[in-house]
Amino acid sequence: MNVAISEQLGAFRGDLLRFAILQLRDRAAAEDAVQETLVAALEAAPGFDSRSQLKTWMFAILKHKIIDTIRRRSREPALGNIADDIPDDSFDSLFDRRGHWQRDERPADWGDPAKSLENTRFWAVFEACLDHLPEHTARVFMMREFLGFDTGEICKELGITPTNCWVLLHRARMGLRLCLDKTWFDPEKERSC
Amino acid sequence: MLNCKQATELMSREQDDSLAFGEHLSLRFHVAMCAGCRNFRKQMAFLHTACARYPETEIKPENDRPPV
Repeated sequence: MNVAISEQLGAFRGDLLRFAILQLRDRAAAEDAVQETLVAALEAAPGFDSRSQLKTWMFAILKHKIIDTIRRRSREPALGNIADDIPDDSFDSLFDRRGHWQRDERPADWGDPAKSLENTRFWAVFEACLDHLPEHTARVFMMREFLGFDTGEICKELGITPTNCWVLLHRARMGLRLCLDKTWFDPEKERSC
Repeated sequence: MLNCKQATELMSREQDDSLAFGEHLSLRFHVAMCAGCRNFRKQMAFLHTACARYPETEIKPENDRPPV
């Protein structure tokens, strides 16, 4: 075994595991997916010019492992009532009776949010916000945004209707937006309009 | 006419699917008049970008910079 490669791969273990846990919400299943990823990566042992290339490649493998796990699970019963994850009226307080933004809740300008993407502290906040999403909502959102499923595939895998799927994705985005707004982007920022 | 709450639903859905012509038009109309929803729309696009970048990101500060 090439020790240098195995060390390099092992260095990503923590990031891979966090990603898998966020998605699967099950540490044992996440460990299995990461372990399989590391083994597959070792077997292939490709030459990469940079750490980031290697990491992207490993995440691509991990995504497939996570998809496999989700597919296995969706064939099992007792998925629970997915649509009830975040209550229907959770974000009602953001709007007035006519459905317009409450003055204090109007989305503010996040400035140049691209700068946040270069900030390592931002990613810790981002992960924490993802982690705060309820399990099913997070799963649907991550299937869409991280694993690249389209909504039709999500419906099929999880046995939900397209409307349910859009509702869950919307609630996930509302929750994530609110969490990032309050914990990362300046909460005292002047409101627009 | 759309209110902000309905507009947010469409702005989320347009991340996943193409909107019907009428939906698209009423959303354009609403967003043109509402700065709050304009910000919301940019924030939705940002969430999408952040998710795409997340796997390449190094959380630990001592690691390499993420690819640009």
